[in-house]
Amino acid sequence: MPELNAKTASVEPPGSERPKLLHSLGAAWPWLFLIGLLVFFEVWARISYQTSFVLNLTNVQSILLASVQPLLIALGLTLVIIAGGIDLSVGFTVGLAAVVSARMMQLLDPGLPALLSLLLAVVAALLASVVVGAVNGFLIARLGVPPFIGTLGMYGVARGVGFLASGGSTVATNNPLNSALGNGRLLGVVPWPVVVTAFVALFMHYLLSRTRFGQYTYAIGGNRNAAIRAGIGVETHTIKLYMLTAVLAGVAGVIYTARFTAGAAQAGEPTLLDAIAAVVIGGASLFGGAGTVVGTLIGALIIAVIQFGLVFIDVQPFWQFIAVGAVIILSVLVDQVRSGRGRT
Amino acid sequence: MNADPVTPAPVTPAPVTADRIPLLSARNMTKRFGGLTALGGVDLDLYAGEVLALAGDNGAGKSTLIKCLSGVYQPDDGQLLFGGREVRLGNPREARELGIETIYQDLALAGNLDVGANVFLGREPVRRVFGLFPVLDRPAMRAASQQVLESLDIHTSLDRPVEDLSGGQRQAVAIGRAIHWKARVLIMDEPTAALGVPEQRKVVELIGRLKTQGVGIIFISHNLSDIFAVSDRILVLRRGVMAGERLIHETSGEEIVKLMVGG
Repeated sequence: MPELNAKTASVEPPGSERPKLLHSLGAAWPWLFLIGLLVFFEVWARISYQTSFVLNLTNVQSILLASVQPLLIALGLTLVIIAGGIDLSVGFTVGLAAVVSARMMQLLDPGLPALLSLLLAVVAALLASVVVGAVNGFLIARLGVPPFIGTLGMYGVARGVGFLASGGSTVATNNPLNSALGNGRLLGVVPWPVVVTAFVALFMHYLLSRTRFGQYTYAIGGNRNAAIRAGIGVETHTIKLYMLTAVLAGVAGVIYTARFTAGAAQAGEPTLLDAIAAVVIGGASLFGGAGTVVGTLIGALIIAVIQFGLVFIDVQPFWQFIAVGAVIILSVLVDQVRSGRGRT
Repeated sequence: MNADPVTPAPVTPAPVTADRIPLLSARNMTKRFGGLTALGGVDLDLYAGEVLALAGDNGAGKSTLIKCLSGVYQPDDGQLLFGGREVRLGNPREARELGIETIYQDLALAGNLDVGANVFLGREPVRRVFGLFPVLDRPAMRAASQQVLESLDIHTSLDRPVEDLSGGQRQAVAIGRAIHWKARVLIMDEPTAALGVPEQRKVVELIGRLKTQGVGIIFISHNLSDIFAVSDRILVLRRGVMAGERLIHETSGEEIVKLMVGG
C-alpha cells in the first residue's frame, strides 16, 4: 500500500515538464536585458565617443534621478496589480500632491521656519493623495466599481482639482530646504530623491515579500474567494493597497516640487505608462497574483536606461516611445512563453 | 413508495455509536431565502471517526446544510450542538475555531502560493526581527506543512506554487490544511468530482486515514460508488427535507437513488 501511495502521489501533473532552464531564464530575463542594454550603450560609447557610459557618475545620477518618479508610482502599482487591480489615477495624484505641497509653501514661507513649512507642505500633500487613494479603494472594494473605471474617474477628479488648485499654471516656491531636498546630494554623490526612493523601495520589498500584508496581497490576486474564506479582510486590504499607492504617488509629487521648486498639476502625467510598463517588464501579471518589488525596480531601471541611453547616443527622442513600447510587448511575450499561457 | 416528501422515510435507529455523544448535532435546521425554504428542519448527528455521506439531487439542500454547519449561513431556526454544547456560528472563522473545517469543491487554495502559504493562509506565524519588524516565519510554515502532508502520506514539492500540483495533490493540500488546524469535523464538498480515477482512490484512502484518527467527516458527493466506498452512514435530502437515513451496509445504491428522486 505505501508503495502505491508514493506512486500515485508523486505523479507529475501534465505540463510540469516545462523545461526548468526556460523557466529560470524567464525569471532572470529583466536582469539579462538590463545588463545587455548597459553593455550595448557601453560599447557604443567606447567606439563612438571614446568614453564610458556606465563608469560616469553624471550618467548614473541622471538615470537614477529619471527613474525616481516612475519607480515611486510603480512600487505602489506593483502591489495593486498583484492583487488583481490597476490604478490609473496615480499620474495626476502626483500632480495634485506637487501642487498642494507648493501651495502650502507659498502660504507659509517665509513666515514660518523653512523646515516647519516644508514639513507641513509634505504632510498636506500626502494627506491630499491619501484621500484620492481612499476614494479609489472605497469605490472598488466597497461599491464594486471595476478598478479600471473607478481609478479612471479619479484620474479626472485629481487632474481637475490639481489644475484648479494651481490656477492652471505652475506654482513656484521659495523654500531653501525644499530645493535642497530636490537638488542636494547625500555626501555630495547620491541625489536625495534617489535616497528617499531607495528607502521606499526597500520598505516595499520588505512589506511584499516578508509580511502578512504582502502574503495577503498575493493571495487576493491568486484566488480572491480563497482569501475571503481564509478570513482575510479582502475589502479593507484592497482599500489599504490603493491608499498606499496614492501615498507613494504623493511622495513622488513632493519630490517633483522639490526638484523643480515648483508644483504643477501635470507633474506626473507622462509617468503613468512608464510606471505600468516597469511593473509589467518586472514580471508582474496584469491578471494578478504575480510580481515582485525587485522586478519592478529592474523594470524602472530598464526604461530609464533606454530613455537616457538613446539621448546619449543621439537618437531622436521620439524613438524612446517606440523602444519602451517594444520592450513592454517583448516582456509580456517572454512571460507567456514562460508560463505556457498565450497559445490556446 | 414514499410519495409525500415532507414525511421522512423510516430512519434507521441507533447507529453503532449511539452510546457516545455526537461530535456535531443539528436539530431542526431551517433556512429560508425569501419565500423559498431551502432547508426545512433537518436533523443530523455526526460521531467521531465516522463518515456521514450527504446525498441528494441538485437543489436538495446539501450545500445550504453544510453552509449552516460551517458558519457561512445562520439558520433561521434550529439548534447546533458541538460536543453536546449548543453553539451559534456567526461566521466561518468561529466554526474553524471550534474545529469545524470545510473543504469546498474549488478547494479555496491560492494557486500562486506554495503549499506552506496555503496551509497557513490567513493564519501565518510571524516572528520579529530585531524585536521590531514582523516577518513571516516561512521555515516554520514549511516544516509544519511537510509534517502534516507526511502524516497523510502525501509526497509533493513544497516549494512550487500550488497551481503546478495535480488535482489530487491540491485536494491533499486542502485536507492537510484542515488537519493541521486540528479539524475535529471535516466537511468535504464533492472532494472527488474534479479528479481522475487514481486520484479519486487516493482521496478515498485519505478519508479512511482521517477516520482512524477520530475525525468526523461529512462527505458530499454525486458519486454513489465513492459514497459506498467511504461512508458509514448516508443521509439523503430531497427538496430541503430529509428523505431518509441509512447505514451504508444496510442499503443499496438503488434504494438511495429512489430516496433521492422520491420514487
